[in-house]
Amino acid sequence: MTSLWPRIEPLLAHVSKPARYIGCEDGAVGAGSLEGLVSWLLVYPDSYEIGLPNQGLQILYEILNERPDARAERAYAPWPDMERLMRRSSVPLFSLESHHPAAAFDVLAFNLSAELVYTNVLNCIDLAGVPVRAGERDERHPLVLAGGHCAFNPEPLADFVDAFVIGDGEEAVGDITEVVKSEGRSRHALLRRLAATPGVYVPAAYTVDYDGPRLVSVRKVWSEAPEVVHKRTVSDLAAWPYPKRQLVPLTEVVHDRLNVEIFRGCTRGCRFCQAGMITRPVRERPSSQVRRMVSEGLARTGYDEVSLTSLSSADFSGIEDVVGGIVDDPASARQVSVSLPSLRVDAFTVGVAAHIQKVRRTGLTFAPEAGTWRMRQVINKLITEEDLYGAVESAFSQGWRRVKLYFLTGLPTETDEDTLGIAELARSCASIGRSHHRGATVTASVGGFVPKPQTPFQWFGQETLDGLQRRIGLLREATRRDRAVQLKWHDPRATLAEGIASRGDRRIGAVIEQVWRRGGVFQEWSEHFSLELWTEAMAAQGLSVDWYVHRERDRDEVLPWSHISAGLHEDFLWQEWQDALAASGTPDCRWTPCYDCGACTGYGLEHVVASTVAPAGGSQGTGQNLARGGEVPVRLLARVTAGVPR
Amino acid sequence: MRLRIRFTKLGKVRWTSHRDVARMWERAFRRVGLPLAYSEGFTPRPKVSFGLALPTGHESMAEYLDVELSDAEAGAPDLVALKARLSAALPEGIEVAALCVLEPGSPSLQEDVEACSWRWLAVPGEGSLPLSVDDLGKRVAHALAAPALEVARWRKGRETTVDIRPGIGRLEVVEADGEGVWLDADLAARPQGVRPADVLAALGPDLEERHVRRTHQWIVRRGERLEPLGSQGVPQAPHAEARAS
Repeated sequence: MTSLWPRIEPLLAHVSKPARYIGCEDGAVGAGSLEGLVSWLLVYPDSYEIGLPNQGLQILYEILNERPDARAERAYAPWPDMERLMRRSSVPLFSLESHHPAAAFDVLAFNLSAELVYTNVLNCIDLAGVPVRAGERDERHPLVLAGGHCAFNPEPLADFVDAFVIGDGEEAVGDITEVVKSEGRSRHALLRRLAATPGVYVPAAYTVDYDGPRLVSVRKVWSEAPEVVHKRTVSDLAAWPYPKRQLVPLTEVVHDRLNVEIFRGCTRGCRFCQAGMITRPVRERPSSQVRRMVSEGLARTGYDEVSLTSLSSADFSGIEDVVGGIVDDPASARQVSVSLPSLRVDAFTVGVAAHIQKVRRTGLTFAPEAGTWRMRQVINKLITEEDLYGAVESAFSQGWRRVKLYFLTGLPTETDEDTLGIAELARSCASIGRSHHRGATVTASVGGFVPKPQTPFQWFGQETLDGLQRRIGLLREATRRDRAVQLKWHDPRATLAEGIASRGDRRIGAVIEQVWRRGGVFQEWSEHFSLELWTEAMAAQGLSVDWYVHRERDRDEVLPWSHISAGLHEDFLWQEWQDALAASGTPDCRWTPCYDCGACTGYGLEHVVASTVAPAGGSQGTGQNLARGGEVPVRLLARVTAGVPR
Repeated sequence: MRLRIRFTKLGKVRWTSHRDVARMWERAFRRVGLPLAYSEGFTPRPKVSFGLALPTGHESMAEYLDVELSDAEAGAPDLVALKARLSAALPEGIEVAALCVLEPGSPSLQEDVEACSWRWLAVPGEGSLPLSVDDLGKRVAHALAAPALEVARWRKGRETTVDIRPGIGRLEVVEADGEGVWLDADLAARPQGVRPADVLAALGPDLEERHVRRTHQWIVRRGERLEPLGSQGVPQAPHAEARAS
């Protein structure tokens, strides 16, 4: 197979950021043949700068390339200027390593990390020269796979994707490689085998029935398919020290630094947070392995910054020791800075941040998420005002000049008082800042809430566009006169479009296709986003935005993702929803007794945490004071082997 | 102590920007553990200064940078070993060609470089007639005979015209190949820098540049043209090899 490079290169002088298309990253596999190997093209359906740092994709890339029988290469969605030239010159989607055409691979595997990239998935399939609808593909075409967080409601893409991987991909990609190796491109046999593979959902194996707008059942039609597809869970992160060779891009990307995943899963229990619900239980990486991955990674890549990634990094057992070990490592006596991407809101955490950001103290970010204690009990983000003010006081007193606060609006039961509480908190934080520096600023960043599948808020009717705009208006008015407070907000029109895709069923597929056919790509980008494309497509398909987005669901309603399980008992989610409406919080089960959400018990798993003691500082989301020293009942399992539902 | 390094930028990596190349070097210096001097202030940066920016997409045999080492470093590093280690830590296509220790007080590349040599292919644009050596040769002779060569430039969002004739030191037609005709030129770096694209603009609206490659950069000492890299800060004739000092 020949490389497309001689046809690609003449286009590069005419596009923005041509380095997006050359590959050559340190850590990438060199150009090579796909002959005789199960070949995967891992596609991130957004721009190179956004997609390259994606850890999930990099992990699978390495695992596949370590297999003697597989080869993985990568592709990212070409920017519209490049896409135009590619289409004009009949250059198909290509891989970056060998510049092979995408259709030459056995598998096109997409990472779905946000709903608004769905139209880019279709565009990439089409650019590959493959029919976008799964039903129109045959033996000549690659298998189209998708995975990632959005796969927990796969239905909006069911018409376009042959099979979805639900949950952690580390083990599943090996299983799928084996299936493809034995079945080749014999499409029907291949899909049947995949439907029987744990954690793999093949939409063609199921049929759905509607009664008017209502979904009434999802039935399997292939005998080998399970009634419910359960997610895959890697039980022990220590067995998967990936990426070992993180890709170092030649051009600037987001998160351009060494990234080391220190744990997966989160049991803080924030009810709006899909990531926290679908990635349970907590699985920590051993500190010694974290330190090794950091020191080897810094030496290999030459980065001067490392990010310790997770959903709430300050919750890692012994975070101080790990951070101290990195900062005081004589080998990194040069200028290395450590970042914790999701800071917990308390003074202790700021202390850790102060320890690691000795040099560049520009801004710190916290996510109180809601403006009043009542609202934070509803969403189960149980941080008190004292926690926040303590954190902010600590930050400003230790030299930071800017504090950024993340909030959601349009939450269940939210009143105007709750909304205005956002402005109140921001102004109070700014006044703390002013007592330390004249130029201290607080940025309040507000996003409209989109209810997500597999969370306690999956039944909630999303706030309307008008409602969100009114709330943003209230906040603008309330912060207008305080020059130290900057208000930023996410476009509520994009929030609405995201709501259409988030909880959609198979009928939304036709909407996504129409938006794409009318040129609606890169919908995550404000310069390309168009709400009209989405509302027009909904109308053209005879679908009601109100029904899909703003309607509150009943308990007995069949949800489109009811045959996909993140391990959480439906009872647990419903009880959490009821507790939310009653403004009643639920503690973190790492340090308090198990309430049986299902994520551990159904799978023979346990939290893998190194410490039975909650980390110091703050109220820890338990409503109790769990200052250091309070032993709590949690069993420690250093290694567990189960990972498949029993 | 300051080191001066000459390096290449060839192949796919030519599609990276000047800023991208600066970042590659910072990572490479850290990978080989070279003790760099850092600037003061909120965001300390290693003290690395690059010469003339190379436009994205152009290749080069002769890029330069100066890097300042930390005072704590005693004695000169082993330059031969460093050359190999740096090349290994850089992407394919970026290769260290030579390096030396600079005399204290040596002028910076920005102040010092007077001109660059370029070689590139002129091709007819879409819909234009094929190009011959004779045809282009006539146009070159005509241009060099002209008292002034006005070309359009965008500066601060406004189009202006500049006379590039004083900045063309030498302009020769080399040979034809299947695509077009190769040109070779010495073009001034200052006061008014001239690029190959400017030259093509002056030679005719139908021409496009391909495979542009910077082959040399030049400084002047006592009226003599030299390359910016030599031992002991003394400029030395073409492409001095790395010396262990």
